[in-house]
Amino acid sequence: MTVLFAAIHAIPGDPAIIMLGSRATPEMRERLSREMGLDQPVPIQLVKFLTRVAEGDLGTDVWTKRSVGAIVMETLPNTLVLILTALSWAALVGIPLGCYSAIRRNSFIDKFTGVLSVGTISIPSFVVAIYALLLFAIQIGWFPVIGAGADGDLPDQLWHLVLPSFAVGLGWVGYLARIVRASMLEVMAENHIRTARAFGLPEPKIILHYALRIAILPTVTLLALAIGGLLSSAVFAENIFARPGIGKLIVDAANLRNYPVVQGAVLVTVGLFAFAMPVADLIVAWLDPRVRSAL
Amino acid sequence: MSVRPSDWDVSGGAGLAGAGKTAAALRHDPLGMLGLVLVLLALFCALFGHWIAPDDPFKIHVTDRFQAPSLAHLMGTDNLGRDVLSRVIAGTRIALSIGGSSILIAMTLGLVLGLSAGYGPRWLDNLLLLLFDSVYSFPTVILGLTVMTLLGPSITTLMFVVVVIQTPAYARLIRTATLAAKNTEYILAIRSLGASPARVLVVHVLPNIIGPLFIIASMDIPSVIALEAGLTYLGMGIPPPAPDWGRILQEGFSSIREAPWIVVCGGIPLILTTLGFTFLGESLRDLLDPRLRRIV
Repeated sequence: MTVLFAAIHAIPGDPAIIMLGSRATPEMRERLSREMGLDQPVPIQLVKFLTRVAEGDLGTDVWTKRSVGAIVMETLPNTLVLILTALSWAALVGIPLGCYSAIRRNSFIDKFTGVLSVGTISIPSFVVAIYALLLFAIQIGWFPVIGAGADGDLPDQLWHLVLPSFAVGLGWVGYLARIVRASMLEVMAENHIRTARAFGLPEPKIILHYALRIAILPTVTLLALAIGGLLSSAVFAENIFARPGIGKLIVDAANLRNYPVVQGAVLVTVGLFAFAMPVADLIVAWLDPRVRSAL
Repeated sequence: MSVRPSDWDVSGGAGLAGAGKTAAALRHDPLGMLGLVLVLLALFCALFGHWIAPDDPFKIHVTDRFQAPSLAHLMGTDNLGRDVLSRVIAGTRIALSIGGSSILIAMTLGLVLGLSAGYGPRWLDNLLLLLFDSVYSFPTVILGLTVMTLLGPSITTLMFVVVVIQTPAYARLIRTATLAAKNTEYILAIRSLGASPARVLVVHVLPNIIGPLFIIASMDIPSVIALEAGLTYLGMGIPPPAPDWGRILQEGFSSIREAPWIVVCGGIPLILTTLGFTFLGESLRDLLDPRLRRIV
């Protein structure tokens, strides 16, 4: 938080001048500076900023005079829904794919998954989003081009979610498949799996109950880190599909030089990212008895 | 004094004989070969683009605006009648030069910071780690957008963003490797012979860790190119009229209904270049240092 504040204050030039443009009168600048609290010494500004944030007050939008907290909270659910949908479908496809590749090592599916995962990881998500929009929304017309759907109309909202979540999640399908494959190969070679086989347990039970349960642990930790990457992809998907969300909010505010909104929205995203880490640790502890007993 | 452990040995890739062996091994890896061809194509376009481009990427022909792809304009023309193919080719130079040079700067910085953190006093290590983790806690595009908003979009700011994002990753890698090397017997032996920290680091630690660093950094080129084009696409990167790939996509997006070929053709080089570098990087990494697979 302090780093963000320092970054915003380390820049040369008066934010008031940048915001009002070069034709603003000194009185206008002074008034804006006063409104933003920029006329006070920097340490006092920092303390005020931190106290306000601790109280849950993220400041006021310079243009609409609305509370930044309210604006961010309006858009945040949309972004969360997008990220979680993307992550869910990526996990639903990627984890079984990785698991299958590990079991049928060197099969056609394994090799295909290998190439596919490297390919989907490296292609930028915003190119995927643009191509998906062009092909499925404009050319074929299966899906809507812009927006997040009408309020209260769930099927419509889901319909609007398909293409953006496809674009955000695609890279993660390959990534998850890869991680799960590598960790499955490792687990399948372990002694307790051999023991389970020796006891004559059915293979599906060994794979799902004994191997995958352990092999999935690195993936859960990774998913927390993934929130950062997903947020980045969401910024593009929201802008390309004109979907209200925190990424679109930041870009629009950035283009208008609306500092309080950028600052507040970035703060919330960083907070979200930081929050995901301990949650992932708790999930790992829930899944893995060894970690649980160590807590 | 030149005993070096095989800990981070990259001798397979060092020297001319090693390079020859690597090239021979690469021939048996179709994906690696494909990557190499794509990377060479991108390099060729970046170096000799002005010779092979059919038109001036900046030249405006208002009467020719929104021409669909044809023999005269293989990728069509944009809203100002500029030849899209020429702009795509000219964009290669921007993408590769910004990607390459900012990664080089980030590597150098990461090397210095990582060596200092790994070899220096404890407080410095903790301070640097705190700094790396603070940067890490920002999602990359959001960090990029924040910095670009604050400093204003320009090539220098864009490179600064890439350096800020990439440096902690390299510094952390180097720090870990330095910590591992610090307590090996040959380093202890050299230190007991009275070698200065600078000599230990530059002559004995550095050669062992620079190889993996190069491989990992080259694998980051696709994500840096994507970040650079992405920020430019959002209007927060390289200012117009530079024929950046992100800019071509952004301009094409505003006329996606009338002239879909602009976004289609604008996206192709991005896909091919990122794929090329990834395929090549992956197979080079496996050939030169299979142990790195676990780190990446």
